[in-house]
Formats: sequence, C-alpha cells, structure tokens
Amino acid sequence: MDDRMSECFLGVIKNKNLSAERWATNHRNMLDAKIPAGTLDEKWTEYKGHCKLVNPANKRKLEVIVVGTGLAGASAAASLGELGYQVKAFCFQDSPRRAHSIAAQGGINAAKNYQNDGDSVFRLFYDTIKGGDYRAREANVHRLSEVSANIIDQCVAQGVPFAREYGGLLSNRSFGGTQVQRTFYAAGQTGQQLLIGAYQALERQIALGNVKMYSRHEMLEIVEIDGKARGIIARDLVTGKLERHFGHAILLCTGGYGNVFYLSTNAMGSNVTAAWKAHKKGAAFGNPCFTQIHPTCIPVSGDHQSKLTLMSESLRNDGRIWVPKAKGDNRKASDIPEEERDYYLERRYPAFGNLVPRDVASRAAKERCDEGYGVGTSKQAVYLDFGAAIIRYGKIEISKEGKDNASQEEIIALGKEVVKEKYGNLFDMYEKITGENPYEVPMRIYPAVHYTMGGLWVDYELQTSVPGLYALGEANFSDHGANRLGASALMQGLADGYFVIPYTLGNSLADEIYAKAIETSHPAFEEAKKEVAGRIQKLMGIKGKQSVESFHKRLGKIMWEKCGMARNAKGLQEAITEIQALKKEFWSDVRIPGEIEEMNPELDKANRVADFIELGELMCIDALNRNESCGGHFREEYQTPDGEALRDDANYMYVAAWEYAGESKWNLHKETLNYEVIKPTQRNYK
Amino acid sequence: MEHYNMNLNLKVWRQKNCKSKGEFKLYRVENISSEMSFLEMFDVLNEQLIHDGEDPITFDHDCREGICGACSMYINGKPHGPWQANTTCQLHMRAFNDGDTVVVEPWRADAFPVIKDLMVDRSAFDRIIQAGGYISVNTGNAVDGNAIPIPKDDADASFAAAMCIGCGACVAACKNSSAMLFLSAKVSHLALLPQGAPERKSRVMNMVAQMDKEGFGSCTNTGACEATCPKEISITNIARLNKEYLGAGFTSDK
Repeated sequence: MDDRMSECFLGVIKNKNLSAERWATNHRNMLDAKIPAGTLDEKWTEYKGHCKLVNPANKRKLEVIVVGTGLAGASAAASLGELGYQVKAFCFQDSPRRAHSIAAQGGINAAKNYQNDGDSVFRLFYDTIKGGDYRAREANVHRLSEVSANIIDQCVAQGVPFAREYGGLLSNRSFGGTQVQRTFYAAGQTGQQLLIGAYQALERQIALGNVKMYSRHEMLEIVEIDGKARGIIARDLVTGKLERHFGHAILLCTGGYGNVFYLSTNAMGSNVTAAWKAHKKGAAFGNPCFTQIHPTCIPVSGDHQSKLTLMSESLRNDGRIWVPKAKGDNRKASDIPEEERDYYLERRYPAFGNLVPRDVASRAAKERCDEGYGVGTSKQAVYLDFGAAIIRYGKIEISKEGKDNASQEEIIALGKEVVKEKYGNLFDMYEKITGENPYEVPMRIYPAVHYTMGGLWVDYELQTSVPGLYALGEANFSDHGANRLGASALMQGLADGYFVIPYTLGNSLADEIYAKAIETSHPAFEEAKKEVAGRIQKLMGIKGKQSVESFHKRLGKIMWEKCGMARNAKGLQEAITEIQALKKEFWSDVRIPGEIEEMNPELDKANRVADFIELGELMCIDALNRNESCGGHFREEYQTPDGEALRDDANYMYVAAWEYAGESKWNLHKETLNYEVIKPTQRNYK
Repeated sequence: MEHYNMNLNLKVWRQKNCKSKGEFKLYRVENISSEMSFLEMFDVLNEQLIHDGEDPITFDHDCREGICGACSMYINGKPHGPWQANTTCQLHMRAFNDGDTVVVEPWRADAFPVIKDLMVDRSAFDRIIQAGGYISVNTGNAVDGNAIPIPKDDADASFAAAMCIGCGACVAACKNSSAMLFLSAKVSHLALLPQGAPERKSRVMNMVAQMDKEGFGSCTNTGACEATCPKEISITNIARLNKEYLGAGFTSDK
C-alpha cells in the first residue's frame, strides 16, 4: 500500500456514514491515476499501442452520453460518432454552437515550432508544468503537449480560418509565461472559430444519425447501476419535463465553475451542476480552490453588473501595463509624463515583462491598487497602454513606405491601422462597454475570475472515480496545476475530445460489448428521477421572499472577498460559516416564480445556485487545507519577502481529491505528484 | 464619459408559449445607469417583477460579450437595437435618454417560432448546417497545417464570413424573413478555402434546399440583413452564394 492509498483509507475510516462506505466499496482503487509505465515520452505511445479496442460492429451497439458541447464536448461527440458509437449529446443552450468556449479570444498553443524559435513538445510540456506551479501531473501534460500539433492540423482541415502570413502559412504570436511564439489564432475570436469547426463536425454526425442532439436540456442527475455510471436524468428546459437517458459511458464536458464568484468572465449560464451531481454520486473533486484570476479584464463599474468581460491576454504582446508613480494621482493618463509612470511588471520581472503568467500579473495589479496607486474612479484598475506600440508599428510602416521625414501624426495614424488589424474587435468591444476610445486613452483593466483549474478528479484515461463516468476539458482538474497558461484551455479541450477520449474510452468499453443497453424503466432510473423531481418541488415549494439572483450575488461577494485573489485562514473560516448560513437561508427563503413544467429560467438558475453554494464551501475548505501559496492559490500567510507565492513541496505536492461524505462533510484523499523529469523550483520570471 | 441615470417606459412582448396569443405589456424602470448594458436593465426589471410576484420576462442570453449569438431582442424596430454592428448584450444604456419609451419584441419569422416571451426557436439554423455546412474530415485524417498554403487575402475573406454568430438578426431584419445572409456566410467561409473545394457543389445545393424547407423567405436584395448584422457580414456573400448555386446547378453531375 503506497502513501496515496493509506491516505485514502484513513479518510474513509474517519467518516462512517453511508455515502462514505459506498464510496469505499465502489471506488476503493479509484485514486489510482493509472499512469502507464515507461519513460515520459513513451507513455502515450505505449498506451495507444496496447489499449483495448472495440471493433466497428460492436461500437454500433455501445451508447455514449456527452454532456456539454463546448470544445471538449463537441469534439468528443463528433469523434466518437465518427468512430461509430451511438452518441447522445446534451447542452443547455439553444444550439451546441453557443457553448462558452466560443468566447475564448486569444489563441491556441501547439508545439509546431513553425517559427524556428526553439519550441518543442518538451518545451511546451515544461512551460505548462512550470506555469502550473508544479501542481499538475507530468504524464497528462506531456500527452497534451504531444497531441497539440495534431489539433492544429485537424482544425485547419475542418476549415478553421486561422491567421496567416502573406506567404500563405500559419501565423503565430506570443502569450504569457512563454518565450517562444507558439500561439495560433484567428484575430480575437479563436475560440469561436475552433468551436464552429467542432460544431460543424458535430452537426455532420447528427446529420449522419451517429449523434442525437438534445439542446435546451440540462443534466440534473447521474444514474448509477452496479457501481457504474449508466445514465442521466435530464430536464427539457422548454417543457420542464424530466427525461431518462441510458449510456454505457457518460462524458461530462461541462466546463468550469467560475460563476461561483457571481461576477466572472464566464457566460451567464455556465455552471457546476452536472459536475456537482457527479461529485455527490462519488466522483472526487480535485483541487477545487485552484481558480484563475485573469489580469486583463474590464473593471467593475457598478452594483448592477452581471458579468465581466475579458480583454485578451494577447494584448499584453503590445500593451504596456502601468500605474502612476505617485499615490492617488488623479491626473488624466495623457497628463502623466513618462518618467512619472511605473511600468511595474517590466520593473519587477525584466525577463518576461508584461508577459508574465496570469497569476503573477493579477497579483501585481492587486498589490499596486491595494497600495493606493490604482487609477479610474474606483481606483481598482491599472492602465494597459498601446501608445508605445502604435508609434513602434507606425515607424515600421513609414520605413516600409521609404519616407524619411514623416510627422508624428502620420506615424501615429499608420500605427493605429496596424493595431486595429491585430486587435480591432477587442478595441471595439472595450469602447462599447466603457464608452472610451482605447486608441486615444489607455485601457483600464483589473483582474477578474476567468477559469477554474480545479474540477472533477480524473485518471490518465480521463475517468473520474466513478467507473464509466469521464470528465473532459475545463470540467476536469488534470492539466493546468495551480495556474493555466494563456491559450492552453482551447488546446486541452480539443486534445481531450479529439485525441484522448477516442482511445481511452475504447479501453474500458471493450469490456462492455456484452452489456446490453439497460431499459430506463430500471429502478435506479426511477429512483434518480424521483430524487430530482423531489428536489425541484422542494425548491418551488419554498415560496420565500428573496430572488435567486440576490443569493448568487451574496455568495459571489463572500467568495471574491475571502476565497479570491488572496486568501487567509481567518477569512476562509469566516467564509465557511457564512456560506453555511447562506445555504440555510436559500433553502428557506428563495422565491422562484412560475411553474415546473414550462420554460422557467429562474428555476434553472435556482438549481445551479443551490449547487454553487455547496461548491463554494468546498472551495474554502480546500483553500484552508492548502497551507502554501501556489499559482492562482495565494495564501497571504505563505509568501516570500518580495511577495511571491511560497510553495511547500514537502507537504503539499499532491492533488487534493475531495470525496463527498454528506452535507458539509468531505474526506480528503491525496494523489501524490511525482516529478520524474522536471525538477520543481521556485518559479522565476525575473 | 459622463454617466447619468434615467427612467424608462418599456413596452415588452409577452407570450406564454408558442400556442398562446401574445400581447405587449407596459413596464416602468427607474434609476437606470447609463453604464448598464441593455440586458442588465432587463435584469433590474426582472428582479422588480419577481419582487412584485409577477412572472419575469424570458429572453435568450449567455456570454454577454457579443459572441455566442444567443441574445435576440428586436428593440425599437431594429434587431439588437440602435447601435451599428452590435448585439443586444453589448448595447449600453447610454444609447437612451431619460423618459424614452423602448419597444422590445422577439425575432419574428415563421421559421423561428416563439418559445416564450422574447425567446425563439432557432434550431432551423442548426439543420441548415447539418445539410452541408462542414468539411467532411474525420478526426485524425488531417495533413500538416502548413501543407496547404492559403493566400492571406483568401484566409481573411473566409474569416470575415466565418465571424457569423448565428443569431438570426438577418432573418429578423428581412421583410421576407430570408436566411440568405446566414447561409451565404457559411457557404463563403468554406468555399473560399481549398479544403472546402471537394464538397463545394453538393454543399450549396443541399444547404439551399434545407433553407427552403425550413420556411425562410426569398431574398429580394433590400440589404436590411447587412445593415443589422452585428458582425458586419457583407452582402457580397449573397452574391457569392448565388454564383456558387448557379454554378453548381449547371455543372453538378447529380
């Protein structure tokens, strides 16, 4: 018995309730990450060479449920449909094309080394592990890096119109935390273009009858039969009716849970419900407190705000971040002379400058604002300035035209054209939201919740601790450690869906070829449906005074203040108490108008917020348990003298996988991270 | 930017479901900040309705940053409201003045039945894509991404068409409820790329047939679609679509 397992047993013994016992019987060995043997660069090849296969005739007999149709879900559903599985795909949006992957702006990384600037599979792997502050699994990240190049090829073949150079070849740009140009992009709409590629592949499979699509459906329960996930209960959001669906395997591709903070860059509908139901059915939740706060978002402007908007990290290629050198300087940006500006990222991190990783950039912005150097009316903002870039590009254009004595105005005008071509849509969006023209005045930006590295714990095969239940993309915890690098989310979603799950799913479905589809009249389906119906009735029956939205806002405030960019033990303990009280209040005073059996967005939202409240508590527990700072998790008690995150590798080099053990109770299981190739060091971007 | 607060009268279409008859209802919202987005103003109204024990207004929305294509309000006689090249979620209240009356309706088209209030069913668009809006390449079949150089101008033109967010404003703006701009954007996106060439003829034929089957109207070149498109998809795409369609009709073997 290794360390990992002893922790696992200890956890179970501590808690004697039914759920824990069931978990212990069903999922005893489930924290086995199943990492294949061999050297790191051979593992995936070895795995593919030896994993079990399902022959085409048998694939047709096997049913797979895919929940969520973002990059991970759409690519998985399309690829599995192509292979011949019978796929059912679900999304809560009116069309699979609207999943929130669509909002990703900047780009997708791939180790193509088209720029001849020293990139390689190893370099991408190394950057991702280091960027994640040594809290990700080496084998998974190496595989991600290996398949990254195939993703670009696949997308090009589908007709994704990536940006190109005049020679007709693909263009690249840089992103934070790297020193090579490996990011492929389609203006500021890369996520949209990749998702449309995957969506088109999915629609093709729908047309061929290999995939059946259920849009405006929300998964509300996992059905478990004989220790395996065998189906779901979904609610048709138009009619409000509950449906039962069988699957030999279930894939959750349901994205992240940043909306637990109420204000985030996530879409309004993004939620944790499917993942949370899986968690309550025995799937361990990995590193729930690892949240990414993105440094460049448009600042909050008032109490009414419903969501935050990201300004792509790609802007940090050309924009320079600064605040005034004097505290409380109220002059307009243009009135502050160069020598009175503090380009604090360039000052603190000369090697990476404005392109430090997101967690580092976010904390640095918070530090300046907390110290009183913030700008704008709220003073909770810093400048992102394109003035220098406009002049630099303008001069290049002038020199192309061979002019010797161009005026400053001419240079600026030409420079603006270049900046417009690169970032035009982002600049337009900024102007629409703020009413300010970023070609003339610097953008004001501030960090905002953007992505969650934590998620359902999965093994190397992307299987959760419930057999037959898989998690892909942002919904799982696996590849980004404690901080994700820019342009890696799109890469991971598509890697999981196009190139990983088609192999790993077959490996376990090969044993299912004799398993007949289970009728949905089976008592387990009956029971699960009853459970969901009861919960919905309970919610509707409360008939209290406060709206769902008001609870969500209050939860978000607790989370942002006490489990946000900086955390400490005292605040986290307070947050746990406050969340528990909020939960009680929610279940006794929420008001949901309308009926159950109709289109009722307030009811949909209530289902989601109820789960967010429970998740919020677990996030705080996880953050309190992790007595170190790493990546996006910054515990104020643990920092270096100059304010950098201070890791504790001796005690916390593990994945915290939490097992649900009844209301407000969780058991901690630890998956030790073994670094065989990379030697963890203090991250240094100086 | 000067901020100000305003009081507004709203005339909003309410309809319980696709079978019932709808009607306009009047609402008043107060102290709306010019910094709010249009949907945030609706959030305020809905909170008010929930507080008063009334049914809140149902509308589609998700990303609230102008890219998912979910939002679909017909505001003061224009899809997505008064701003050019804009979605409803990115419309901000500084577009309005104190005392204004704002009329809000759902997209109106036979092919987009109302689900509830301002929410409509746009699944017809998905079925048009199913008819051929893709390149038939299974996962794993691809050659190296740089094996097929594509002239930058072609790639840019293809991208400009691929920017379509599938919101349906073009249909809502068209007096014939034609889906030609949507369809032409997809046909152009794929026809402009060498990867799309093998299926070029069947794609356009099948997609047009599906569009007709869904009950969208014909195009009479009024250009209302282009004028309202939040992503400024050019009407020249319709010209390209017609060329592709005619060419396919004359030369297709089938």
